[in-house]
Amino acid sequence: MATRTDPKKDVVIIGLGWTGAIMGMELANEGLEILALERGDDRSTVPDFQYPNIFDELKYAVRYDLMQKPVNSTLTVRHNTAETALPYRHLGSFLPGDGVGGAGVHWNGQNWRPQAVEYRLRSYVEETFGADIIPEGMQLQDWGVTAEELEPHMTKFESVAGIAGKAGNINGEIQEGGNPFEAPRSAEYPMPPLKNTWDSELFADAARNMGYHPFPRPAANASIQYVNDYGMQLGPCNYCGYCERFGCNNYSKSSPQVCIIDALKRKPNFSYRTRSEVLKIEKAADGKTATGVTYFDEKTGEEVFQPADLVLVCAYSLHNVHLLLLSEIGEPYNPDTGEGVVGRNYSYQMTGGTSMWFRDKVFNPFVGTGAGGMSIDDFSMSQIDFGKEGFIGGSYITCGHTGGRPIQQMSLPPGTPAWGAGWKEAVGEWYGHSLSIGSHGSNMAYRDTCLDLDPTYKDRHGRPLMRMTFDWKDNDIRMTQFMKARIEEIAKSMNPDAMASGYKGDGAQYDVRPYQSTHNVGGAIMGTDPKTSAINRYLQSWDCHNVWVMGASAFPQNIQYNPTGAVGGLAYWALEALRKDYLPNPRPLM
Amino acid sequence: MRDMPGRPSRRGFLKGSAAGVAIASLAGAVKAQAPEKEAPPPLDQYERVYFNEAEWAFVMAACDRLIPSGGNGPGAIDCRVPVFIDRQLSGNFGKAADWYMQGPFDPAANPTLGFQSPLTPAEIYRQAIPVFQDWCNQTHGDNFENLEAATQDAALTSLQKGEVGLAPELRDFFQFLLANTKEGYFADPSYGGNHDMQAWVYIGFPGARGAFTSWPGRENAQYPLGPVAINGDRA
Ligand SMILES: Cc1cc2nc3c(=O)[nH]c(=O)nc-3n(C[C@H](O)[C@H](O)[C@H](O)COP(=O)(O)OP(=O)(O)OC[C@H]3O[C@@H](n4cnc5c(N)ncnc54)[C@H](O)[C@@H]3O)c2cc1C
Ligand code: SF4
Repeated sequence: MATRTDPKKDVVIIGLGWTGAIMGMELANEGLEILALERGDDRSTVPDFQYPNIFDELKYAVRYDLMQKPVNSTLTVRHNTAETALPYRHLGSFLPGDGVGGAGVHWNGQNWRPQAVEYRLRSYVEETFGADIIPEGMQLQDWGVTAEELEPHMTKFESVAGIAGKAGNINGEIQEGGNPFEAPRSAEYPMPPLKNTWDSELFADAARNMGYHPFPRPAANASIQYVNDYGMQLGPCNYCGYCERFGCNNYSKSSPQVCIIDALKRKPNFSYRTRSEVLKIEKAADGKTATGVTYFDEKTGEEVFQPADLVLVCAYSLHNVHLLLLSEIGEPYNPDTGEGVVGRNYSYQMTGGTSMWFRDKVFNPFVGTGAGGMSIDDFSMSQIDFGKEGFIGGSYITCGHTGGRPIQQMSLPPGTPAWGAGWKEAVGEWYGHSLSIGSHGSNMAYRDTCLDLDPTYKDRHGRPLMRMTFDWKDNDIRMTQFMKARIEEIAKSMNPDAMASGYKGDGAQYDVRPYQSTHNVGGAIMGTDPKTSAINRYLQSWDCHNVWVMGASAFPQNIQYNPTGAVGGLAYWALEALRKDYLPNPRPLM
Repeated sequence: MRDMPGRPSRRGFLKGSAAGVAIASLAGAVKAQAPEKEAPPPLDQYERVYFNEAEWAFVMAACDRLIPSGGNGPGAIDCRVPVFIDRQLSGNFGKAADWYMQGPFDPAANPTLGFQSPLTPAEIYRQAIPVFQDWCNQTHGDNFENLEAATQDAALTSLQKGEVGLAPELRDFFQFLLANTKEGYFADPSYGGNHDMQAWVYIGFPGARGAFTSWPGRENAQYPLGPVAINGDRA
């Protein structure tokens, strides 16, 4: 029970990462009174990411200083509905953010838009290949929104974040040097591409020689000076090699701080509280609207009721779903019956890679950015004959290193011992002599990949942890094996001295220990049917019309790209509906 | 640092390039002004914060096999890695301060579900070392630190393979020991290991320099500058 009730606000925002910052800025511009509640600490470039203290691999990359602390918040994991789920006791597979800026502080900045077919995947598969090819249990769904509808909002996010890249398709016209397979975009990227590292040039040459179409990976690492829509400045990246898992010391990596929050903090009608974890969204007696949220104010040790007219759930995909489940907004999904919507269609990202070692090439791997590099999209969703290949999905293929930090980024040839004289000899011989081609691919949702409340484990507030049920499936393993064959062809053409591949194979089990990606999606998915989606195509809860849910929890299955470009685009898309349609007349929009 | 075949040595590169000369002399000037650093105490006189005498003897010996001295590059002992591990175990890592440590526990669970022990890393070291020492005594007739190097390697291999009879709640011991040893070898020297940045010098990692604007895209060009630490020290 709340011990304090604070004065009512027009809008309360749960979580101050990318989506919270975007919503805060745009609705503050509408003149609304806004309060953002963030469970973690305040964070600014100075002093939190400043030189040289941020260049500490142990503290930030290995001990996860900027990330969620499982002692405060975690979930449980199991492979299937028959297994007992156990807590994710320390971080490994994914690294949710914590504190102002969220995971937007310590992301890489690889910023993509989904392909046009990905938004209507079920329709595309049925129209092109027939519904028969959809494997038993795979819950393919359309997003309820199209690439054309989202285009201006994707452009807006790229303009705010300041993305460096080369367009491949401007209004239907293919552009030399860009990605010819991307959905049409209305304009060139805000900045030219980053400088390439030598390894990615070698990959691009090899790919070009095989008839593929290499292009620079779109990056939220600034290539030039830039001032964005909110008057915020980015300075050119200095290729420091301490990007992902770290905050940028140089105002170069697009983060909520650098692109939005410092301007947002100056708005008189915006305020935020840190160390304020939202415990529950409170519902009105009729259950059709929310009245506000209850949060734990760590500074005073009180539970506080914060009344608000509009509740924006911006807590990161996993926490969004957890909050909806705890607040009983939307019917919880039941994998046995396939009924219910909250927790439905959790999915992840299927990645793999081939590393190569070259005795006589020096790559200076510490010269790196989080997002630079070259990619090909020749094996992307729109380019693959699913019927012929026997899987649904696709992948972008990419090369470019993010740093040469020796604890975590030491790459040694196959057969090297894990310790002893042989290991020591190898680190001296091979450090900086390798490159790696990665496959970053889609992952489909299935009837039993889902999120619900754990029956056993509780968090520090006594609330049930959320339970994740997830494992790799044949379709997705076939997809990654297909990529392995393509990548190994490219790799062999580069004549390395040694080569090693790592892809999921038959029977691979989801393993929470190695880092895979913080691209957890689904669980509060968007759609046009309230029976199969938790939020409508404007990201508005079907059940409580003044609750809107941002973030990758909206994706019905995972795209083949990193999620944040689409997460940002969807936020601006939702804002348009909010501003034009909802605020003048609050109601269910569908 | 190995020199590339057919390329000037690191020293030669510094001498031979104008930028190298400027930076080399600047480094010299800074060094001239800097007060002589006091050498840290020898490892046998180091004041431990976590390990007891017996544990210290084991960890010293184990680190020395995991990253031996001799041959190219420094060993874990040269880099004072045991100091790093001792400090880590007395801090947040050793205490599992950030981890979710509420029960029920199922330490024998499928390893893909991750760490499931009720014990903290510091407790795991404390409880696992005597079990392993007993095994060494039974199998090889003496404590680990008193065995021949080749026998020590064989014993560590058995530990790595899970053949020494550790209870499930201790099963991550070898992984922690190996990971912590490598961390201490390569982390910033402020944590007590990587003494004098020797491991960074050895592999050619420049530490906390973090500004390489003119470097991307250079083909086969070896970066010329040695490492700096977070506190500004250079090697
Ligand atoms: C190491 C790493 C690399 C990544 N690289 C990329 C990449 O290259 N490209 C890409 O597209 N994506 C990448 N991502 C993912 C990207 O960071 C996320 O997609 C993005 O930050 C999501 O934005 P969000 O607003 O949904 O959530 P977040 O940015 O995570 O913000 C959510 C905020 O809500 C707060 N919060 C949570 N629960 C509560 C609560 N109950 N009460 C109050 N506050 C709460 C959190 O503390 C957090 O600050 C990466 C992530 C990581 C960790
Ligand atoms: S690589 Fe560039 S964008 Fe990334 S942290 Fe370093 S300076 Fe910032």
